[in-house]
Amino acid sequence: MNELERELRMTRVDPAAAIERLRERADRDGLLDVAYATVESPMGTLTVAATPTGLVALGLPNRDPEEVVADLAARVSPRVLEAPGRLDEVRRELDLYFEGRLRDFDLPLDWQLTGGFRRRVLRQTARIPYGRTLSYKQVAKRAGNERAMRAAGSALGSNPIPIVVPCHRVLRTGGALGGYGGGLEMKEALLRLEGALE
Amino acid sequence: MTELPPFQGLLDEHSRDVLGFLIAAVGPQDAEDCFQETFIAALRGYPKLEDDGNLRGWLLTIAHRKAIDHHRARGRRPLPVAEPPDRAAHDLEPRGGGVWTAVASLPPKQRTAVALRFACDMPHDEIAAALGGSEEAARRNLHEGLKKLREVLT
Repeated sequence: MNELERELRMTRVDPAAAIERLRERADRDGLLDVAYATVESPMGTLTVAATPTGLVALGLPNRDPEEVVADLAARVSPRVLEAPGRLDEVRRELDLYFEGRLRDFDLPLDWQLTGGFRRRVLRQTARIPYGRTLSYKQVAKRAGNERAMRAAGSALGSNPIPIVVPCHRVLRTGGALGGYGGGLEMKEALLRLEGALE
Repeated sequence: MTELPPFQGLLDEHSRDVLGFLIAAVGPQDAEDCFQETFIAALRGYPKLEDDGNLRGWLLTIAHRKAIDHHRARGRRPLPVAEPPDRAAHDLEPRGGGVWTAVASLPPKQRTAVALRFACDMPHDEIAAALGGSEEAARRNLHEGLKKLREVLT
């Protein structure tokens, strides 16, 4: 190596470290509106995102992480950064859940992506215990309108935080699976994991 | 309201380019500080940004302004504010020895290629991504840049 190149190499700058420090500083300065990360699960890759308030979105494996993140930029804030450290607790609880070692998630949630009747339906859904199921009609009733079964179904279909808000625990009257954003196979697998299906 | 892409995308696509510019503009010792200032300022202003047609240009303009602030803070001759960052920056006076002043005087692509190759040890394909061209073009810029540096420095 010649003298010139040696001199140019004298002081090093590490781009990855620079970006990591930027992430930390953005968080400290309150500029990280949405932090996201991906979590590997036995059912595929999940995309998780949190605001300073709490977990705001969970993308199931059939959704492209990029699409989830672009959606958050449009609906929450464009100040979106990949920041796995901010989602350590979410990852930890999801890992335990898929191992069958965690029954109740204890995570702060940010409900801003849902409102009105939809939010009431989802809040009621969040209270269904592990391994138990309710019908769409029962959930509609708990949310304050027994006859709004269709609206309840659509609220569950729009659930921004599936798994943690366990919309998979809501079935048709009589026990048919109904629908699921992540595909019926996944709904069945989650219910089986929880021992709610034979 | 315009729908802005996630800020992470700006980091993925343009952070190398910005860092390369700053290494050449202020020298490798101070480049990271200016890099932080640039992206924190960008994050602050991002939600209010109305035209997302040229995000790279927007970031480089901020970086250029931060380089000027940096030179001012160090009591050096301020740079002309109007100078677009994509032009050769003859007035930049980076710290880190005469060699970096010579790098700063190179044409923009050669300057960035040399900075990223030697200060960041970046492989050619990543330099190509930063310059927005082929790997072949990145090698050529690097080669030309080094050749010119040797001429200037001897």
